[in-house]
Amino acid sequence: MSIFIDKKTNIIVQGFTGKFGSFHAEEMIKYGTNIVGGVTPGKGGQKHLGLPVFNTVKDAVKKTGAVASILFVPPEFAADSAMEAADAGIKTCVAITDGIPSHDMIKIKRYMRRYSKKNKMTLIGPNCAGVISPGKSLLGIMPGHIYMEGKVGIIGRSGTLGYEAAQQLKNLNIGISTSVGIGGDPINGSSFKDILEKFEEDDQTKAVLMIGEIGGPQEVNAGKFAKENMKKPVIAYIAGLTAPKGRVMGHAGAIVSAYGESAVEKVELLKECGVIISRNPSVMGETVKLTLNGKKK
Amino acid sequence: MDIHEYQAKKILAGFGIGIPRGGIAYSPENAEYKAREIGGSKWVVKAQIHSGARGKAGGIIICNSALEVAQATDKLLGKKLVTKQTGPQGKVVHRVYIEEATDIKKELYLGLVFDRSSECIMVVASTEGGMSVEEISKEKPESIIRSKIEVAVGMQKFQAREIAFGLGIDSKLISRTAEVIVGCYRAFSELDATMVEINPLVISKDEHILALDCKMSFDNNALFRRNQVSELRDKAQENPNEVYASDRGLNYVSLEGNIGNIINGAGLAMATMDMIKLAGGEPANFLDVGGGATPEKMVKAFKLISQDKKVKVILVNIFAGINRCDWVAEGIIQALQKIKIDMPLVIRLAGTNVEKGNKILKESKIKYIEASTLEDAANKAVVALKKLKN
Repeated sequence: MSIFIDKKTNIIVQGFTGKFGSFHAEEMIKYGTNIVGGVTPGKGGQKHLGLPVFNTVKDAVKKTGAVASILFVPPEFAADSAMEAADAGIKTCVAITDGIPSHDMIKIKRYMRRYSKKNKMTLIGPNCAGVISPGKSLLGIMPGHIYMEGKVGIIGRSGTLGYEAAQQLKNLNIGISTSVGIGGDPINGSSFKDILEKFEEDDQTKAVLMIGEIGGPQEVNAGKFAKENMKKPVIAYIAGLTAPKGRVMGHAGAIVSAYGESAVEKVELLKECGVIISRNPSVMGETVKLTLNGKKK
Repeated sequence: MDIHEYQAKKILAGFGIGIPRGGIAYSPENAEYKAREIGGSKWVVKAQIHSGARGKAGGIIICNSALEVAQATDKLLGKKLVTKQTGPQGKVVHRVYIEEATDIKKELYLGLVFDRSSECIMVVASTEGGMSVEEISKEKPESIIRSKIEVAVGMQKFQAREIAFGLGIDSKLISRTAEVIVGCYRAFSELDATMVEINPLVISKDEHILALDCKMSFDNNALFRRNQVSELRDKAQENPNEVYASDRGLNYVSLEGNIGNIINGAGLAMATMDMIKLAGGEPANFLDVGGGATPEKMVKAFKLISQDKKVKVILVNIFAGINRCDWVAEGIIQALQKIKIDMPLVIRLAGTNVEKGNKILKESKIKYIEASTLEDAANKAVVALKKLKN
């Protein structure tokens, strides 16, 4: 099992006919992702990459049975598209778009409160690399070939740092069950804790690597969750040791504004929760290996 | 994006918040004229820079005549102010704000921020106005009132009243105070702000509620729909290299060290800087050229780093995904044909087609030090720096 997606998951692309959407749709299809169509308002009825284009997500869901979507819509319209997906019954939506205003993110999350837990869409991202379950499906923009199938779950904010981790694991012959990019924005669809919960329930996953960074309370909240609710070991690396206070480090959410948000403080708080710390980014793979071998929590 | 105090005051006044009479001045003559126009017998001349804590740095001068206003303006214009918030390089004053002095009865603190835990807008208020919010939370934490506002329905009057009563406001001023708090909330939510702070919010001896000093910051991601806000950007208040970078779509933060970095992705950039620090070096900057690391972006990145006089060694760390290392290598070579680099250059490529990428670099004419891992790259950059010093 993997979390969110597998070989059979029917997936649509929102913002399908745009340059970015087309490029990554092709990459995903090459990987083996079951893309069944896409949505671009006004282009319904056309074919793109040999697949049907729909005007609305509702039409696409009705005709293709899609349960997951990936969103490449420009930031101005992205919130609207995410809410459209939620309303059409999509279960997992990955928003790749970078630059969505924070007020819009809050709006999406409030909008989704109208659905019962069972019917609520899981939004992943925005400003993220997406989800990959190696050997099964790619719902994202990561290079598939660096991810080997296996038993480690990865949750990270950053794209390329996540690739770095996957590569380190592959070099040690350690595979990945699913890797989830939750994105670098201050307000995002799914938190570290939300994804940890999924990994704890997943049979394939034996340990989880969390790649966090400065800013916000999410990493530490996930640590507290792991301490109280998880049997599987959690390993973490927190980036941003040299980041000055009050400055945004590339990701809109990577800013230290309160106690507990710097890399040093997060590491201390995570240690208290029993999370195993990768002391620097070049030993993420080794730390996971030691943990798997020792099976200590 | 930050704006000046006088700009924030003008915005807040539009949302019904009282401000003292005042005007902006660009010269001593101008300032003297403004003082006479405002009237009264006591004024405050305030340096307009993007920073708080200006008083302690000598940026706020109280004057008892229009002539003194002119003299204070003369003293401040062109002066570099170093405050707790500006860093050692300070910020230059290019305009001053002349304001009538207020007789203060009570000083309060009022701030609005995004609360990332609850994903709500949080109002923070205290009776200890005049101190910074960090000082208040350290010294008088019991004075702090917090109220979470549900954005779907907006701020309710009772929430504003609760805060006003909590601040111990005289009952005849309660509804006016509540209006001020609701006004700040509206400004925050209607203009895509990320921070509104009035400190101090004062009750004057003649029972007016006035914003004596205020600050506003805005969500950069929302500027596309806030033209009136984005026009207020004052690039003279920002680091020139950071302005150059942001105008060209690069994510850049200038730091104090001497190892310049060019990296694709914000997380990998922070991680590489961590490795430099652990290897005994100090990064000169944070620079994310974007996941794709296109040749155009690489040219801009090399140009930017070579403009920074602090930089003695350059470290390039690119993890190629969909973009392949051979393309990235070609991009680096193209960039180095346009931009001359006269210092040690460490390059680490990783990811798709890494062998091909390294081969292309090796066979080119560029002088560089090849690195294989993150750790190797950081160590080699620090070693190269030490060699320069010896």
